[in-house]
Amino acid sequence: MNIAAAAAPITAQAFKSDYKPIWCPGCGDYSVLSSFTKAFAMLDLRPENIAVVSGIGCSSRIPAYTTCYGFHGVHGRSLAAATGLKIARPDLTVLVASGDGDGYSIGGNHFLHACRRNVDLTYIVMDNHVYGMTKGQPSPTTEPDWDSKLSPGGTGLRTFHPLVIALAAGANFIARAFSGDPNGTADIIAQAIRTQGFSFVEILSPCVTFRPEQREWKTQVRPAPVATTDDPARAARRIMTDDGFNIGVLYKGERTPYQPIGKGSKRPADLEAGFAI
Amino acid sequence: MKAKSMKSTHRTSISLAITGSGGAGVMTAGNMLLEAAAQAGWYGLMVRSSGPQIRGGEAAALLRLAAQPIDCLDDRFDVLIGVDWQNIHRFADEIPVDSASLMVGDPSQGDPPEVFVKRGARFAPVPLKQLAKSIPGSWPNMIVLGVAAAIVGLPADSVKAVVRKTYKKGSEGLAASLAAVDAGFTAAQALPPVPRLAAATRSAQPRWLITGNQAVGYGAVRGGVRFVAAYPITPATEVLEWLAPALSQVGGTLVQAEDELASVNMIIGASYGGVPSLTATSGPGLSLMTEALGLAVAAEVPIVVVNVMRGGPSTGIPAKSEQSDVNLAVSGLHGDAPRVVVAPNSVADCLTATQWAVHLAEAMQVPAIVLSDQYFGQTRAVVDRPADVSFIGERATAAARTEGYKRYALTESGVSPMAIPGTPGVVYTADGLEHNERGIPSSQSTDHVAQLDKRERKVKQHEYGEYWAEIEGEGEAAVVTFGSCTGPVREALARAAAEGVKVRLVSMRLLCPARPEHLARALRGVKRVLVVEQNHSGQFHRYLRADFDLPGEVRSFRHPGPLPIRPDEVYRQLTEWSRA
Amino acid sequence: MSAKKVKKTASRKGAAGKSAGAGRRKKTATKPVDHAEFLARAWAMEVEATERYATFADAMDEHNNRDVAELFRKLSRIEQRHADQILEENFAMRPPLVPRGGMRWAGAEGPETADPGDLHYRMQPYHALRIAFGCEKHAWEFFTELARSATSARVRKAALEMAEEEAEHMRLIEDWLKRTPPPPPDWEHDPDPPVLSD
Repeated sequence: MNIAAAAAPITAQAFKSDYKPIWCPGCGDYSVLSSFTKAFAMLDLRPENIAVVSGIGCSSRIPAYTTCYGFHGVHGRSLAAATGLKIARPDLTVLVASGDGDGYSIGGNHFLHACRRNVDLTYIVMDNHVYGMTKGQPSPTTEPDWDSKLSPGGTGLRTFHPLVIALAAGANFIARAFSGDPNGTADIIAQAIRTQGFSFVEILSPCVTFRPEQREWKTQVRPAPVATTDDPARAARRIMTDDGFNIGVLYKGERTPYQPIGKGSKRPADLEAGFAI
Repeated sequence: MKAKSMKSTHRTSISLAITGSGGAGVMTAGNMLLEAAAQAGWYGLMVRSSGPQIRGGEAAALLRLAAQPIDCLDDRFDVLIGVDWQNIHRFADEIPVDSASLMVGDPSQGDPPEVFVKRGARFAPVPLKQLAKSIPGSWPNMIVLGVAAAIVGLPADSVKAVVRKTYKKGSEGLAASLAAVDAGFTAAQALPPVPRLAAATRSAQPRWLITGNQAVGYGAVRGGVRFVAAYPITPATEVLEWLAPALSQVGGTLVQAEDELASVNMIIGASYGGVPSLTATSGPGLSLMTEALGLAVAAEVPIVVVNVMRGGPSTGIPAKSEQSDVNLAVSGLHGDAPRVVVAPNSVADCLTATQWAVHLAEAMQVPAIVLSDQYFGQTRAVVDRPADVSFIGERATAAARTEGYKRYALTESGVSPMAIPGTPGVVYTADGLEHNERGIPSSQSTDHVAQLDKRERKVKQHEYGEYWAEIEGEGEAAVVTFGSCTGPVREALARAAAEGVKVRLVSMRLLCPARPEHLARALRGVKRVLVVEQNHSGQFHRYLRADFDLPGEVRSFRHPGPLPIRPDEVYRQLTEWSRA
Repeated sequence: MSAKKVKKTASRKGAAGKSAGAGRRKKTATKPVDHAEFLARAWAMEVEATERYATFADAMDEHNNRDVAELFRKLSRIEQRHADQILEENFAMRPPLVPRGGMRWAGAEGPETADPGDLHYRMQPYHALRIAFGCEKHAWEFFTELARSATSARVRKAALEMAEEEAEHMRLIEDWLKRTPPPPPDWEHDPDPPVLSD
């Protein structure tokens, strides 16, 4: 490896591994992968210093498609694994990749507490309003009237509003992106990584196989007509009335990121005094 | 049970129960008595029993003091002191008394419960409340402290030294408590005599006053654990309470997670990042963690899960001990999932066993379950300072830029070097999905078999050393047990030996993986095996019969919690069998 | 099959061939660029297209659509040649500096970069060529517009030359399309239901 190459800034391509994604051609996640790699390149990070933690689902396949360290864990627990990793290794850049099922259904409880805990993580949820990997069941963000085998005629349930919940639970950075704009998404991801504390980015990422009508999203999304706010009350009003297609950083707060209690430097043997008679 | 002599003779162990309710301060008095005994050079232990109320409930401090190290409660109590008798009958089964026992109580609190009187215990009154009232600022439990100390033969100085440590110097509370202790000593002179403890010889060997839960915590730190995530659950919470400040002092972190699912996944994440990690829970929590334990097995991420067992199934009996999670620990995971299960066999052993579990987990990149129980966890004991052992967690890690690095390489030992995030050139994705040597998901049969073989091989072939079991004595009969049954079994065997009946003891510390050859060697020459455990269905017995080769005739002695297995129960089993 | 009919099919079935990418490519007026930036963009466009077609080829390989995979790989090689050509002619083999994370464009991505949303696992070579045609057409439009709004004669000249190149590519692909059978009406047909994976 020559010196010039070593000194050259790393390109986005260098963050893509040799493993060919098994995502259906036409899946929005291909673009999300591009956005990841662009964001990493923009931030001048090194692949070995990034960890991508995921759960189960189509979006959760992403770690192995990057040249970063990856952790492909069990369904719904990626935020917990990432929290442990980041607290133990604050030097790493930790991203969590999830989908609307993995993140909002089985992972719902951990979502609440991750927002609350405000550990410096970047949480990317690729939302396609469906359970893709298990063949097309409704997810918490699926429209109430979407017909499916497990819920004929639709669930009839109001959709989960992840951005509202994130705000209420204390997330420090809340954004929405669209896979159809990989550069814009890369910018948002880069900003999310740069922002200390728990950064939540929901990426609308169409499912070509089970929700082909989501091709229309590209005509429905728009840049958010208002600037980012740091006022939770204003953000709450906005997000509560949001139609799900406003793209951009909707809230960026000032919360101090999680810090573990003071780190001492005693030796284990120093702890024995408490037991000695 | 035959009556013991009424004469005041010296004995090597004396058992004492202090009961009371609603703020009586029974636990405080009991703890101070134990500390005074420790100061005076005695060994001892204290078990707490309480009602379900958070505060103000009925409570009993069950103590046993001795001139030599002890690991369990005795078969009976010599003394029962009641500050009051409210709902104390609920503890009747836990405080066996007989005609040789002495009950002391405050006449103003009414008669002692029927159930104790029926068993023949003698009653002697001491006006505790009145005495306390006569010393402004003092409490009945301090009077009790004096009475109890005097009865068992503890020097007043030891007691007063402990009182001085508790109260602020020069405070009114201090003066009052000291006076109360004196009053208690005085009042005790009028009581019928009871066998006293033989004088203690204070040795040069350092001793500790410690609970099993604290010992687990310290063992973890000694083993190298620097990250803990946990969710509180009875009776494991004290492990976390000790670890929270202690870990921080040595540069580690404890996080209270939102539930057990988060706890176990957090420690897997931290361990994936290279930091030895641990959590502590009880049966219900371990049940929740089983999926993630499988992930740790499949992705080969080392973690330690301490299960402080309690009465099951389901919510069961949270504040009582039982050994009914053997099934869950040795076979509760889906798929073929080899893991390590370790069981400490005394309060002090909680330290070494936990330290060992960390070492094993790290060395083999596997989850290790430590089966402690409520009895160990919440019993406070005077123990000889455990020897320093060199079980330190050591993980094989990959060097930077290793050419052709394969995370799950098929090595001879089954252990493959693990790349730690931050290390360049050896990046990989850990996966719960079955995978090939490189860690790429695979559904090929060759890969599955190869990885299953690898994960089995690494735990089966490991050199566990001598610590896997405690094997004592000779004989054609043997008792095989584990955990908190070891103490009572040992005492039963000592009694049998005193009568010329020789029985071997095998107390297993390594429950999983099963290594039949080692147990067979430990039982060479044995013709009768008694398996002793504290659960209803005989889980340990079934496991031994399924996965090990047992010689000769095998019998199971067991009963579930909340009552402990007592030395006399085991002794009678053995003597009946030897006569048969 | 006429282009119009292909488009209709595409919007109904969400299939490949919808190369218009409405809403994705905004034709805003580009700010005047200098020659150096012009060359960098010209090169970056080809590199992006190269990488995108390679990704498409991989996706088609993974989904056992061999013919289309081969076609995309061919297209990728062609774009690589275009990129190399620009490099050789202008940069003495040292690539121009491109912003970290890639070049930024007025639209979502480079004018010659195909939209991943246009793929379908059962797509036919004809669809792939329609996509390629659309990419070349966008590139041609980009350079034409750049030439029109150029403030420097040098840039204008270079842009017109590039536009002509892209027009030539369009003609080549049109010829290729003529030689390629149109997709049968049931090109999407797959009797098997989707399969559970994780």
